Amino acid sequence: MAKTVRPEKQYALKKWWNQKYLQFMVIPGIIWMLLFNYVPMGGIVIAFKKFKITRPIADAPWVGLQYFKEFFQDSNFSDIMINTLGISLLKLFIGFPLPIIFALLINEIRGTRFKKISQTISYLPHFLSWVVLGGILTTWLAKDGVINDFFVTVGLLKEPVSFLGQPKYFWGMALITDTWKELGWSAIIYLAAISGVDQQIYEAATVDGASKLQKILFITLPSITGTIALMLILQISGLLNSNFDQILILKNQINVSRSQVIDTYVYQVGMTMGKYSYATAVGLFKAVIALMLLLIANKSSKKLLGRSLY
Amino acid sequence: MSKITTSKIKRSKGTILFDTINTLIMLIICFLCVYPIWYVLVNSFNDAKDAMMGGIYWWPRVFSVENYKTVFEDSSVLRAFKITIGKTILGTGLNVFFTAMVAYPLSKQNLAGRKFYMAMGTITMFFSGGLIPTFLLFKNLNLLNNFLVYIIPAAFNFFNLLIFINFFREIPASLEESAKIDGANDWRIFIKVILPLSKPVLATIALFAGVGQWNDYFGGLMYMTNRVDLEPIQTYLYRMVAQVQSNQVAGSISASNITAGDTTSTSIKLAAMVITTLPICCVYPFLQKYFVKGMMVGAVKE
Repeated sequence: MAKTVRPEKQYALKKWWNQKYLQFMVIPGIIWMLLFNYVPMGGIVIAFKKFKITRPIADAPWVGLQYFKEFFQDSNFSDIMINTLGISLLKLFIGFPLPIIFALLINEIRGTRFKKISQTISYLPHFLSWVVLGGILTTWLAKDGVINDFFVTVGLLKEPVSFLGQPKYFWGMALITDTWKELGWSAIIYLAAISGVDQQIYEAATVDGASKLQKILFITLPSITGTIALMLILQISGLLNSNFDQILILKNQINVSRSQVIDTYVYQVGMTMGKYSYATAVGLFKAVIALMLLLIANKSSKKLLGRSLY
Repeated sequence: MSKITTSKIKRSKGTILFDTINTLIMLIICFLCVYPIWYVLVNSFNDAKDAMMGGIYWWPRVFSVENYKTVFEDSSVLRAFKITIGKTILGTGLNVFFTAMVAYPLSKQNLAGRKFYMAMGTITMFFSGGLIPTFLLFKNLNLLNNFLVYIIPAAFNFFNLLIFINFFREIPASLEESAKIDGANDWRIFIKVILPLSKPVLATIALFAGVGQWNDYFGGLMYMTNRVDLEPIQTYLYRMVAQVQSNQVAGSISASNITAGDTTSTSIKLAAMVITTLPICCVYPFLQKYFVKGMMVGAVKE
């Protein structure tokens, strides 16, 4: 027996045994991941099978791409895709730069105390749940809500508008409420990056007579490009993730034509209508595109900026 | 004002203008972040029937603690709170300990199979089975309508693991070596040396995991198919919000305001929202210095 074991293999086993405590600590984590991450990945096969909840997956007959075809021919397909992409692109083009600007501005505050307080306060909404915020928003955005009261009093609106009761406002509401919740939190990473910039560069620039704006544009921004690129890759790879919680809570029967996104559709079709195979196919379609987007974004960032996720 | 000499340098007009506008912007943002909570707070302390007329923005018009009394007397709300507290404590504790335990060996470069383990975990960050296969797995594991569904699937988190790994690497190796010479094995080193030195990162992950548990409504919505008594408070609130939403659509907002004694469904909702939100508002400012670091470490991994 011992003859057949190659020396390297023997060495590996020995090394493993020498680390037995460490290995025993890591193995429960691997088992957890196999069970809770990899078993559901295997469960994706039901997208290609006619699965009924009363029988095991193995017994379900294969149907190939039938459910994918069904989704592409679904009368809701174009609405769902447009909403998913529309809301995400809006968040990408407008929601992405705002935290950077916020971080730059907060960095320019002179009083350390005021700086710290405003920073702390800006994180607050991040820690509130979408359910609580949803409770506030649905009352505020109603016709007799605070927002309408304010805009009518100030004169920006002639008469109250039902913001969540009209499809055309939904994308805007999704963008504004998300920005409101996450602005301060998203800025943390940029602030941390800014604080790592060498102070001497600023001093040198001050001596050379650079203005505040010049310092921001030519020192701070270039110094944090790496972080910005990283966050951009992550954002692009999540382009089809249009914040499930937020949309599920703000969505209603009337605005559904502009608020239904892939994630909420999967939930609705799968959980409330029990079409498991169909919902899994829709979810898989999303996951595959998301993965492709990630790979593309990562590759282009590697090429353009020499920085990548992996 | 300040003793720092730079303030004596004369600021240009442009700089003064910039600073003023900047301060104003910050004040507006701070107001927008705090006001929602204030609004809920003052309305929850207002008499319910009076509050139905609206217009309470800055201070309660008719002060009353009746809403809170009703909430604390309602056994179903109280039970939902207990579930939330229970799952937050258990879930957070387990997540922090278990994730740290797995992260410690992976922070060592010479661990056999390390690359394979890390690759396995990284894949989970970018690809998952999705909603339905996960639901079916939980069903097969008998986790549906089971309190453990809040705890076990949330016991581990790969992103948090990366934060732990980065932190553990900063701990000087000499500390572990000296413990080893004294005869401690890796497990003992982890418990007696590493964990006590890792309080900042433990606090960070505890906050992330704790807020996640506290704010989660979806677990209760998805996996409690016939055990309403195991629902957390956020799921309870979600149902109330969804109810108001559908009533608004039906055009009968006032009809949603079911009056019961001196309270309305809305006023009870407001009081429950305050009680749900308050613990988080109290905790996070104290943990701030930790999690800012933690976020950064997590983002710049490797």
